[in-house]
Amino acid sequence: MAAGVSKNNISVTLRVWRQAGPGKPGGFVDYPAKNVNSNMSILELLDVVNDELTLKGDEPIAFAHDCREGICGTCSLMIDGKPHGPNQGVASCQTYMRSFEDGAVIVIEPFRAAPFPIVKDLVSDRSAFDRIQQAGGFITVRTGAAPDANSIPVPKADAELAMDAAACIGCGACVAACKNRSAVLFVAAKVSHLGLMPQGQPERDSRVLAMVNTADELGFGSCTNQGECSAACPKMISHDFIVRLNRDYLAASFRSAFCAHAAGGHAE
Amino acid sequence: MSLIGNLFCSTVGRKFLMAVSGLILVGFVIGHLVGNLQIFSHPDKINGYAQFLHSLGPLLWVTRIGLLIAAVIHIWAAIALTRTNAQARGTQHYGVNRWIRAPFASRYMRLTGFVVLAFLAYHLAQFTLGYASSSTFKGHLPEYTMASDFHIFGFPAVEKGHAVDDVYSMVFYGFQNPVISFFYILAVGLLTIHLLHGFQSVFHSFGWYSASWAPALRAVTIIFCIGFFFGNASMPAAILSGWLKPAQGTNVAAQPRTALNQAP
Repeated sequence: MAAGVSKNNISVTLRVWRQAGPGKPGGFVDYPAKNVNSNMSILELLDVVNDELTLKGDEPIAFAHDCREGICGTCSLMIDGKPHGPNQGVASCQTYMRSFEDGAVIVIEPFRAAPFPIVKDLVSDRSAFDRIQQAGGFITVRTGAAPDANSIPVPKADAELAMDAAACIGCGACVAACKNRSAVLFVAAKVSHLGLMPQGQPERDSRVLAMVNTADELGFGSCTNQGECSAACPKMISHDFIVRLNRDYLAASFRSAFCAHAAGGHAE
Repeated sequence: MSLIGNLFCSTVGRKFLMAVSGLILVGFVIGHLVGNLQIFSHPDKINGYAQFLHSLGPLLWVTRIGLLIAAVIHIWAAIALTRTNAQARGTQHYGVNRWIRAPFASRYMRLTGFVVLAFLAYHLAQFTLGYASSSTFKGHLPEYTMASDFHIFGFPAVEKGHAVDDVYSMVFYGFQNPVISFFYILAVGLLTIHLLHGFQSVFHSFGWYSASWAPALRAVTIIFCIGFFFGNASMPAAILSGWLKPAQGTNVAAQPRTALNQAP
């Protein structure tokens, strides 16, 4: 966890993946960073390095970032072989320099997967996750005024579990950490978060079938139950949601084969 | 997509098929171990049991073909998923590769699977088909005469005085060879590591796993794997070390392996 502060400045070397564009050859370039305030995040350190590069007239390092408070899922650095860096349960933007030793060489790469092509430097295109969401990660309801609170009763345990799944920010760390580049933890979180709620029931079967099949079509790999995804997840989404996904997918497959009109909802 | 399409074409479906076929194969190796442990008893037991299995005729073949289909599906799913996963990784690899918390056994499933497959081929050639070590193959040894009736689950299966294949001696001759025994123990050890991850993985792929009984499943898996390894390893270990002496009335008691090798 990101906790505590340090008053000592440190010096590190950033070994950063530089790649001019999609499909272009890339390589690591070292950027020494001296006298770094150890309470800045690694994104802020990249800002500092980029300021220096810009002043020198060099091309700054491209990296994805937005909210910088761990809730948007935009930042996506592979730091020393682990998505989002050495700490558990934080995104790259909440990885502070005090997590590293003085004199460390920090290797920073983009999230890599065939369905996440590199756009430039440390930025990979994760719109494949949007395709999966569009396939079924929603409920079909009339929009309008917010419904009255508690008009649909939800058991407390289900609400809590659904909330745990809904914590997924869709950053792609699960894919980046998985040696098979499986998106199954992301899909499991989205399927479970809606599948646990009463509002998610009418499209439950069609949702899980469409989202899993879309992830497969996009070229993500399969789960080998190693738990690397959950270990890398900045929201610590439990691996148990994958079990729930498998159960839902298999049940939906059997139901759609043997029960007429079982899988209504989304067009496949 | 249809049910068959979902099971055979999707990643989740293929993992389900891998789990189902794996579970069938686990069931087989448990039954196989229990049957084999009769080597520690009177030769009537294992020889009578082998005769009983052969007397099943068509039922034996249904089982064999069923197991073959399970093995083919298991291997096919492994190859298909491995290829999908390799494509998903893409061509550009990470500069730093590390594991975060993947269990040891899970990292070597392909390696352990390959060695077990190679062992399985040799094991069938030696004890089922007689292509390897053919001089001590059951079909080439003088027949064994049953000293008493053999019952299975209380039902009479093989009568006293019946001449049957001497499986007992075949196993003894085989395991008296240190190379075969060590390869056997190595393969069983790697299969145990395979099952350490595979047995638990079945419950994930079926969607049956739950955090509330995960510790119990872990304990059952570990106890099963320890029992499986020592049960299997006990046979070559006991025979090779000479702790288990051949019983009278068998070929191996009348003609030890050393004498067999010197025979013209």
